[in-house]
Amino acid sequence: MKIFNKEPSFDFMGKRKLALVMSLILVIISIGSLATRGLNFGIDFTGGTLIEVGYNNTVDLGDVRETLADAGYGDAIAQHFGTSKDVLIRVPPHGEKSDADLSNDVLDALHAAAGSDEVEMRRVEFVGPQVGDELTEDGGLAMIYALFGILIYVTLRFEKRFAVGSVAALVHDVVITLGIFSLLQLEFDLTTLAAILAVIGYSLNDTIVVFDRIRENFRKMRKGTPVEIANRSINQMLSRTLVTSITTLFVLLALFVLGGAIIHSFATALIIGIVVGTYSSVYVASATALALGINKQDLMPIKKEGEQETLGDLP
Amino acid sequence: MNQYPVWKYVLIVAVLLTGALYALPNLYGDDPSVQVSPLRGAVVDDESRARVTGLLKGEGLSFKSFEETERGMLIRFNSTEDQYRAKDIIDAKMGDSYVSALNLTPATPAWLTSLNAAPMYLGLDLRGGVHFLMEVDMVAALRQAGERYVSDLRAILRGEKVRYLTIARVASGHAVEIKFRDIADRDAAQSLIRKEFPRLLLEEEARGNDTFLVATISDQELREIKKLALQQNVVTLRNRVNELGVAEPVVQQQGENRIVVQLPGIQDTARAKEILGATATLEFRMAVENGDVEAALAGRPPVGTRLYKERNGSPILLKKRIIVTGDQIIDAASGIEQQNGSPTVFISLDSKGARKMADTTRENIGKPMAVVFIENKVDIKRVDGELVKSKKKVEEVINVAVIRDQFSKRFQITGLDSTDEARDLALLLRAGALAAPIEIVEERTVGPSLGQDNIDQGTNSVIVGFIIVMIFMAVWYRVFGLVANIALAVNLVMIVAVLSMLQATLTLPGIAGIVLTVGMAVDANVLIFERIREELRSGNTPQASINAGYDKALSTIADANITTLIAALVLYAFGTGPIKGFAITLSIGIITSMFTAIMGTRAVINLIYGRRKVKKLAI
Repeated sequence: MKIFNKEPSFDFMGKRKLALVMSLILVIISIGSLATRGLNFGIDFTGGTLIEVGYNNTVDLGDVRETLADAGYGDAIAQHFGTSKDVLIRVPPHGEKSDADLSNDVLDALHAAAGSDEVEMRRVEFVGPQVGDELTEDGGLAMIYALFGILIYVTLRFEKRFAVGSVAALVHDVVITLGIFSLLQLEFDLTTLAAILAVIGYSLNDTIVVFDRIRENFRKMRKGTPVEIANRSINQMLSRTLVTSITTLFVLLALFVLGGAIIHSFATALIIGIVVGTYSSVYVASATALALGINKQDLMPIKKEGEQETLGDLP
Repeated sequence: MNQYPVWKYVLIVAVLLTGALYALPNLYGDDPSVQVSPLRGAVVDDESRARVTGLLKGEGLSFKSFEETERGMLIRFNSTEDQYRAKDIIDAKMGDSYVSALNLTPATPAWLTSLNAAPMYLGLDLRGGVHFLMEVDMVAALRQAGERYVSDLRAILRGEKVRYLTIARVASGHAVEIKFRDIADRDAAQSLIRKEFPRLLLEEEARGNDTFLVATISDQELREIKKLALQQNVVTLRNRVNELGVAEPVVQQQGENRIVVQLPGIQDTARAKEILGATATLEFRMAVENGDVEAALAGRPPVGTRLYKERNGSPILLKKRIIVTGDQIIDAASGIEQQNGSPTVFISLDSKGARKMADTTRENIGKPMAVVFIENKVDIKRVDGELVKSKKKVEEVINVAVIRDQFSKRFQITGLDSTDEARDLALLLRAGALAAPIEIVEERTVGPSLGQDNIDQGTNSVIVGFIIVMIFMAVWYRVFGLVANIALAVNLVMIVAVLSMLQATLTLPGIAGIVLTVGMAVDANVLIFERIREELRSGNTPQASINAGYDKALSTIADANITTLIAALVLYAFGTGPIKGFAITLSIGIITSMFTAIMGTRAVINLIYGRRKVKKLAI
């Protein structure tokens, strides 16, 4: 089966102004939301206690909240998790009580209210404020190092304008994915961060493949403006871009539907990231490289680097 | 055209067989088992072996096998019922010197074990259990070191009859300040201290008319003190964990001041936390008879005394001088007192403590002595965005008894509420007074039912994702798609094999990484196949197209995968627990997929289309 029986010839780059406007709007909305609403950080970053309990039967959240309030945890947030039998309780750091004891306290109260056979501890997570701060810092650093590592690799393998193009696409993808998380107030925890970093890897993968073809075509095609060459390259890779995105989306949907509630935000982040990443590898990355004035001379193998180039570029 | 040399086939087959072999242990499942570990000097010998097997046989319990491991005896059973019954029997009959733990032991056949093949190591989020990250309070450790120097210096100055006015720890730093009447005394002290404690940095100071000597702990020694505090805590925690009865505990240093404790399969987290988190110690002090409790309650305790509370809340006056502290205790065991059957704790002291205890009790026969139980708890609050640590020191007089005779190295304390309390107290004492207070800064507990759910849901999503991708590839690329599917299946086996070989921890995010790899692993094949289609479109022969497709796609695939690998490695470097799991499976998946998708599929395609004239490709 094929999507295109012959090579497609969409004028992607002709519409790059339109794409630019669209991307800008999306990025501005995202940054706006991140600035005003912020991210709904999980306890990994804020510190606090999270308790997941499973009831044998459907449980009314009102009752759970009442029990919690009676036990002195009126500030706890209770919500169903996955099913109406599972309840997720979040308790912000409590002054008086040692945090490590807090989960025991909450569980005792729930056991007392519902009977200890009726309710079962499924998960307890406690993150002390100092650990939360460190995880936030490490997360930010990881993002920055990943971006730099990639910038360096792409500069070495290609050319700095391509590197800027690919990083522009990455930043675009990350900002929009975070923006959607902020707009929908989806929970952002450590696994979501891992998903965002995976998005960086994936989006880059897509971008590199297109750049690779652009470089090849610049060297091969005697005629044609940079815009035409970019267009041709994107069209040649279009089928591949779509097929890979589709297979990856398939497995992510499987993960989203079957993977359980814990993995939801992870799957969501990747699904958003891959949709945005597919778009950005077509428009943002190539358009940025073009805007920076990529041309034939820059991509012709230079004598000094000749050895390395032929190694990577087998006939 | 399109033939592989024999060595490439040999290489591929060899890698495949090795992969299959090391992935194999994962198919055998687990045996329910009980692990019996010796404690405190007890050993696994013929006698204890015979006792355990005898006990089980006596109860008519049949077991699958009896083995010896590093941790003690391991008995495998046919069912979990037998396993639970066996643990109850062993707990009841084997006494305090052995601790038993329920476990699931891989049922890997011996011939595979001899090849070092083992199933994947499941993380706590999959098998259930507790993960604690504990932080050692280094400020307190250094303060304690300072206080130790104060008493040591005081002792040698007195011992050598060097006169001084005051001696105290400098509140702001890690130094001890000694005040002297005149310079002669100071010089005498200085030469004495220099001889006895050459590591202290000494500095003379004059303030007004006063003469001081400031002894500062060197930076190097401070570092050593911190290191020692951490190591002592690791040892202590390890001892405590061993007594909890956990099958495969992990107690590991992390960074400069933290310790990771992982207890797979623990259900009673409240008790685990209590025992791990509390720093408890004992102090023995003389009680004051007929002391002025009223005055003390009003805030004016008589000189040399301090006000304490008993368990029932009633006030009691004790002498300030400590006879013996917890770190001089070398062993403690719980038991029942012969005379009245009340729970008791038997305590053994080291020689220094024993001497002091003997001296004091000899001089004070007929007078009351108190046992003070001290528990340190740490609280961290966020006040106006700043982290504020507050420490709670709970001091409680648990026992006051009249000294009837001179104490020896071994003696007992009574007055405890229950046998459980006696056991926990003995456990805490035995494990030793922790060098520095320690607190839990992170906890992740997963109940056993959630662990199993995570495994099931993870496996289901891998299988379903895998099948969808396979169908898609077969429909899209026909024969080539089927070849890619073989590669995909092999890739999955390879990931499992590498994870098993490395014994890297498989977590739920790790499974998500595998799922993602399944989706992305076909990318290499998609690139190759699309290229072959392109070559065919531009009029090349099928054989030439296959060749060109593989060759030209290679550098693209390498570039694309290396960049993803960079992201995965950064994740690994910065991630903790679950994130690391994701990074590991993603990295392994990328590397194995390069092998299967490029070399593996080429080999199969060559077998199908090589060596013959092909008119049309099914792609």
